[in-house]
Amino acid sequence: MANGADLPDSIDTLVIGGGNAALCAAISARRGGASVLVLEAAPEFYRGGNTRHTRNMRCAHDSATAFLTGPYTEEEFWQDLLRVTGGETDEDLARHMIAESKDMLDWIGQQGVRFQPSLGGTLSLGRTNSFFLGGGRAMLKSLYRTAEALGVRVAYEAEVVGLDIEDGVFRAARVRRGERTVSIGARTLIAAAGGFEANTEWLRDSWGPAADNFLIRGTPYNRGTVLRLLLDAGAMPVGDPTQCHAVAIDARAPRFDGGIITRLDCVVFGVVVNANAERFYDEGEDVWPKRYAIWGRLIAAQPGQIAYIVFDAKSLGLFMPSLFPPVQANDLGSLAAKLGLDPSRFQATLAGFNAAIRDGTFDHTVLDDCRTEGLDPPKSHWARRIDTPPFYAYPVRPGITFTYLGVRVDRNARIRMQDGRPSPNMFAAGEIMAGNVLGRGYAAGIGMTIGSVFGRIAGREAARHGRN
Amino acid sequence: MGETEMKAGAALEEAGRIMTICNSCRYCEGLCAVFPAMERHTTFDAGTLAHLASLCHGCGACLDDCQFAPPHEFAVNVPRTMAAARRESYAAHAWPRGTGIAFLHGGRITAAVMLASIAAFLLVLAPAMSGTRGVLAAPGAFYRLMSHQMMVAVFGLAFVYAVFAIAAGVRRFWRAGGAARAIGRTTIAVALNDAARLRYLDGGGAGCPDTQDAPRDHRKIYHHLVFYGFGLCFAATTVATLFHYVLGREAPYPFLSLPVLLGTAGGVGLVIGAPGLLFEKLRRKRDFADAAGRPLDLAFVLSLFLVGLTGLALLALRATPWAAVLLCLHLGVVLGFFLTMPYGKFVHGIWRFAALLRHAAEGQTGAAESDAAT
Ligand SMILES: Cc1cc2nc3c(=O)[nH]c(=O)nc-3n(C[C@H](O)[C@H](O)[C@H](O)COP(=O)(O)OP(=O)(O)OC[C@H]3O[C@@H](n4cnc5c(N)ncnc54)[C@H](O)[C@@H]3O)c2cc1C
Ligand code: HEM
Ligand code: SF4
Ligand code: SF4
Repeated sequence: MANGADLPDSIDTLVIGGGNAALCAAISARRGGASVLVLEAAPEFYRGGNTRHTRNMRCAHDSATAFLTGPYTEEEFWQDLLRVTGGETDEDLARHMIAESKDMLDWIGQQGVRFQPSLGGTLSLGRTNSFFLGGGRAMLKSLYRTAEALGVRVAYEAEVVGLDIEDGVFRAARVRRGERTVSIGARTLIAAAGGFEANTEWLRDSWGPAADNFLIRGTPYNRGTVLRLLLDAGAMPVGDPTQCHAVAIDARAPRFDGGIITRLDCVVFGVVVNANAERFYDEGEDVWPKRYAIWGRLIAAQPGQIAYIVFDAKSLGLFMPSLFPPVQANDLGSLAAKLGLDPSRFQATLAGFNAAIRDGTFDHTVLDDCRTEGLDPPKSHWARRIDTPPFYAYPVRPGITFTYLGVRVDRNARIRMQDGRPSPNMFAAGEIMAGNVLGRGYAAGIGMTIGSVFGRIAGREAARHGRN
Repeated sequence: MGETEMKAGAALEEAGRIMTICNSCRYCEGLCAVFPAMERHTTFDAGTLAHLASLCHGCGACLDDCQFAPPHEFAVNVPRTMAAARRESYAAHAWPRGTGIAFLHGGRITAAVMLASIAAFLLVLAPAMSGTRGVLAAPGAFYRLMSHQMMVAVFGLAFVYAVFAIAAGVRRFWRAGGAARAIGRTTIAVALNDAARLRYLDGGGAGCPDTQDAPRDHRKIYHHLVFYGFGLCFAATTVATLFHYVLGREAPYPFLSLPVLLGTAGGVGLVIGAPGLLFEKLRRKRDFADAAGRPLDLAFVLSLFLVGLTGLALLALRATPWAAVLLCLHLGVVLGFFLTMPYGKFVHGIWRFAALLRHAAEGQTGAAESDAAT
């Protein structure tokens, strides 16, 4: 303890981060025989960054299980990924990840994580995604318990603020510990410290002042410090800095950490207008699970990064509830006034929408035939007149889930340097390298797959490197 | 809701805030009955909240697992809030009106009634005691202190009153919960099974995570001891009454007779289970508990312990000069227990059963679906 803190001077494997990717890496490295220290910037309650907020993960499997209703083949997973990313993915890495994901549910289960079984059939059982019993925090609790039982050391409130890297070789990390900064050397480094979504200045670099109006759905601790240090030390970047997972969340949500409960799922039931009281995108383009992840970006492109989901009494109660009640009024003019929108423009937009409706048989569970005609943008499904008071609206802003810009890795989760060579002793897993697989778009549950699969690989490879 | 309308107090209001959050989240839906029951609603009136509160077994799993638990600004603490809401709803529905105040005054009222009852027996029976020199071993010896008719009259009345008052309270609670689906035989069987096994006191299957991260299951075991101990004591009294009226045999009965065997087993259950529950309670994480309700809980646990202890002591020492005093103590404690039953934590058993029954009737259907997308 020569560095004067409660931390060792050196260790075999240093893991930076405290979420799913970090813990999978730590457990796997420890099982591979390495001594492991986990450095988590957050205090204990907030440990595990965005992983705290998750509820499920997506893994390929060949048959139904107690937690999954049917098979989800590697090929189907790959096709889904190809579709959501529009091809912006590294096929070799992605296929490798999908192949490894097959073993993941078992492996995660062996680390003590429990999945939600079907209780009489109403609980969320999916075919593609397995749900954590009790959610992400319960999942983390199991991983931490297992890691600590194996002898992994965990330090909270231990933010890494500097990396000593020479020629692509990691030597030591500088860690803020209260008032002081200490140095910890290690034979191998696993960077699993998340994206930079909570770093408004960095977001502003690529988004401009619009970034000030973004809300961050998850942890305030993912500030991208480690990502920046790695890039500055010559790691090869991957992904576009404006690409991220972003959804529409209630504009009244807190700036950080509002989590799942501020998300709004009622877009398909109404219309969405911007600050000029104009519609800007087809609200009924496709079923919501395929479209929810585009609305954050759509709203980010609107003036003031704000929009309003407007619907009427017919739709209340048809969608998942959320934290804040909708703004309510008995006529559209008063609703506009309450939202601070120009009432005549608002009413004109809605009148135009109502007039363009071609009646059909409304069914929100399928792609129904209720649509508009001659309207731009159209509403292709679930279009019903907004005419039954009371009228409701939710103000929404972009809610950033996590960013995709990261460090490039190879199949062994080894960080590649700008000259294309893999670093001998630096690995990355999770959000910090998500851009390798996710160039854009999103498929629910894939964030955890990226963390678990590459975390496990990184730990295994780090331990192997240490032994040689 | 009409006559049974219940005003939401502070705890029920907080329960409403929290259920709105949980209903938007639903990550805990696999842990217990509360969340699937909650998912059937989009808004929460006081009656629904009281129902959900009584469904919550206070295992603590959801607090441990909640990403919005304090110190998060949303400050979601389901077990503590539900415990406070239960107490508030017991108070609001107590019969007759106004008596609910007992639930808000901690254990003082239970303690006072208990002491008064013991004192009454000691005072009233003191003259008779001197004649027995304390020993009460021979058949009919008890009734030289207090006639059997008198005992039946006093305890019968107290018991009938308790049953009536509890029934009136639980009826109001039931009505406030809104119209329930038809209750059939399977519904009752499911609810009985859930209650008898304390199915939901298990933190989603991993045991109660109440003191540290690693789950444990002791509260359930202690509760079984108390629950079945109480049941056995009740059975012992019933069998003894049958012995008296049907077989014409008078108490005290021999050690190996059915009433004494049942009573002994029951008493042992109470004497081990009650302190066990107390022990678990004291070492439990504070942030799970409804601190203001603690004295009421303690009063209840202690009265059960005393019922068991005085009963066993009387049995063991009935051939000694202590017997008469012990009989007074035991009768005093039991009468006190009956009198305070409708106004103390005892009602939890009945209310919880009603809640489990409603939950079973609602079945596992009708919940809006949460999807995979996050
Ligand atoms: C509301 C919400 C719901 C989500 N739901 C799902 C879901 O159901 N399924 C899914 O697959 N994905 C979901 N995601 C995405 C998912 O959370 C992430 O993809 C995943 O958790 C990333 O894991 P990670 O380990 O890479 O990062 P994190 O879990 O965010 O962990 C990063 C850690 O690094 C720490 N850290 C950061 N900087 C430093 C530093 N300098 N020094 C030391 N430590 C540092 C942080 O404190 C944090 O603990 C959700 C995200 C949000 C916000
Ligand atoms: C339907 C039947 C019953 C159910 C479902 C039930 C359920 C519960 C639960 C979940 C608790 C824990 C509450 C908490 O810790 O906050 C509890 C506590 C307790 N129960 Fe029961 N109970 C039932 C009947 C009974 C009966 C009949 C008795 C005995 C007469 C009893 C005695 C106790 C005692 C002594 C406690 C501890 C009190 C405390 O710590 O607050 N229960 N019960
Ligand atoms: S207790 Fe917390 S994690 Fe569980 S459902 Fe409620 S808000 Fe969600
Ligand atoms: S029974 Fe346990 S998991 Fe369910 S609400 Fe109560 S404390 Fe939470």
